[in-house]
Amino acid sequence: MSRVKEAFQDKKALIPFITGGYPSLEVTKKLLSVMQEAGADLIEIGIPFSDPAAEGVEIQEANERALAAGCTTDKLFDMVKESRKEVKVPVIYRTYFNPIYTYGKEKFMKRCVECGIDGVIVPDLPYEEKDEILPMCRQYGVDLISIVVPFSKERIFRTAEEAEGYIYCVSRPDLERKGEKIQTALAETAALVREAADIPCVADYDSLEPEQGRTLVKIFDGVAVHSAVMELISRYGEACVPHVSEYVRKIKEAVK
Amino acid sequence: MSEKNRKKKGRYGEYGGQYIPETLMCAVQELTDAYERYKNDPEFIQELTKLFRDYAGRPSMLYYAEKMTKDLGGAKIYLKREDLNHTGSHKINNVLGQVLLAKKMGKTRVIAETGAGQHGVATATAAALMGIECEIFMGKEDTNRQALNVYRMKLLGAKVHAVTSGTQTLKDAVNETMREWSRRMDDTLYVLGSVMGPHPFPMIVRDFQKIIGEEIRSQLMEREGKLPDAVVACVGGGSNAMGAFYDFIKDLEVRLIGCEAAGHGIDTDRHAATVAKGSTGVFHGMKSLFCQDEYGQIAPVYSISAGLDYPGIGPEHAQLAKEGRAQYVPVTDEEAVEAFEYLSRIEGIIPAIESAHAVAYAKKLAPAMKKDEIIVINLSGRGDKDVAAIARYRGVKIYE
Repeated sequence: MSRVKEAFQDKKALIPFITGGYPSLEVTKKLLSVMQEAGADLIEIGIPFSDPAAEGVEIQEANERALAAGCTTDKLFDMVKESRKEVKVPVIYRTYFNPIYTYGKEKFMKRCVECGIDGVIVPDLPYEEKDEILPMCRQYGVDLISIVVPFSKERIFRTAEEAEGYIYCVSRPDLERKGEKIQTALAETAALVREAADIPCVADYDSLEPEQGRTLVKIFDGVAVHSAVMELISRYGEACVPHVSEYVRKIKEAVK
Repeated sequence: MSEKNRKKKGRYGEYGGQYIPETLMCAVQELTDAYERYKNDPEFIQELTKLFRDYAGRPSMLYYAEKMTKDLGGAKIYLKREDLNHTGSHKINNVLGQVLLAKKMGKTRVIAETGAGQHGVATATAAALMGIECEIFMGKEDTNRQALNVYRMKLLGAKVHAVTSGTQTLKDAVNETMREWSRRMDDTLYVLGSVMGPHPFPMIVRDFQKIIGEEIRSQLMEREGKLPDAVVACVGGGSNAMGAFYDFIKDLEVRLIGCEAAGHGIDTDRHAATVAKGSTGVFHGMKSLFCQDEYGQIAPVYSISAGLDYPGIGPEHAQLAKEGRAQYVPVTDEEAVEAFEYLSRIEGIIPAIESAHAVAYAKKLAPAMKKDEIIVINLSGRGDKDVAAIARYRGVKIYE
């Protein structure tokens, strides 16, 4: 069993996300430590990219600022490697495909192993394109984490059957707009995943309040906190560390 | 269809593909299915043909530029007058097709990115005609450069969003339109303006634009009884060039030449010459050539022409370049502006600054060719929108 899957054993996992190098690599390094200490079971780090079109404008701004502050893929790898002296929880890279492709797929995987990256989430690599890196991920033992969305039964099955690490269930804003009960849709999605494979299923959790987390972990094996932590970092900048720590502790309490 | 075949279908050699978030896959699949269903549907074809003829003004003329030919003293030069289409550019071909498709799909709203504003204006026009809601995303910087087109879109009933993220130009407008589509796919179709993005867009846009090359073939056969020796077109994402080239790809004796925006020159960092200076990468849903740095960060690009100011190129062009079937040449701002002025004076035709890039290269090419050889320049758009910018470039103050 991969280290990533192990992190879900006998508990609901909390997975905070931060953009690497935002507001600085030093702060990112501190955040890794304090988030682990506050109860994060896995941590996702975004490799800053010039055009993160799959994410909102807030995250794009964080990406731009990280790049402007001089963060590069190499510097981020170095920082993660350094932090691995203290950080023992699995660390996942969330990155667009171009930074991997341009870096060199094999070189990238080698660096993941060397620096202690356990898995990668590549939002612009859907099922149709995942063969770009899946064989190499398997060769180097880096989990390629997949994403599924509600109301795509066939795709959910196909994806889940070949999935590694955990599966990410993301909502569909257009459904929310139409007034669909998103909670029900996500529950159905998780049920389909479980039907297809024995793999932890994680939901996006974007609230600053713990209540939503309690509801979500009734359905899911864990929650990934994507924009909420980023919001705190944006609000407090260099001084964000204690605020993020407090928040992660509060959510962990709610979802464990 | 097997998964493997579906995947292969959106590929041009190694280029193309569908590198998009899972959220958008459903929308893209829906579009693929709809296009497969309608592209050979006699009723759809009939409706589109009628729109092309009665509304857009097709076929566009193939004009023999006699004075230009004599002046340059080499190959015979013909201009494919896409600038005479309704809305003033080739963009209308694609939008009539896509907005009609949106309507068939039961969509009530279309969204689109725009650079110079030509695609935005065309989309707003087609949406007005077909009674569909329309929202356009345009980089803030481009809304300043092309203020008149912004107002034009508003006149046509479209809502225009100025995009303030990133470099505030075309690539950011694409990012924002993608975002908007994933927020609202149920009633909305993304009408992409060029032969780029995830499959099926490069194919759909090419199919709706290929009429340009088909007309060039039949018009020239009628006039000269032969095929052109060279077809020259400007390339940003590459829709007018692909439209002009596609029908000739199999005719190996026809040279296909795409003109990229070299801005201040390809040895400076102020250009948008993707084939000359870019490298293979994955961006905006496709694998293709992009201007980028060693870490895969998409580079800010520059051209005097907002329509060519894009850091990538359509995947089919990338493949044509790789095979050597088409040739891509850089043309600087200065060369394009000179050609803009040249064509205005010699033929009384003010070309779009984008199309002026093609005119500029043809000016170099023609004298080196024989008098019985033929160059067709795809004059993709008219230059009214650029007059103020060219005046600024020349240091002339205009009070509008």
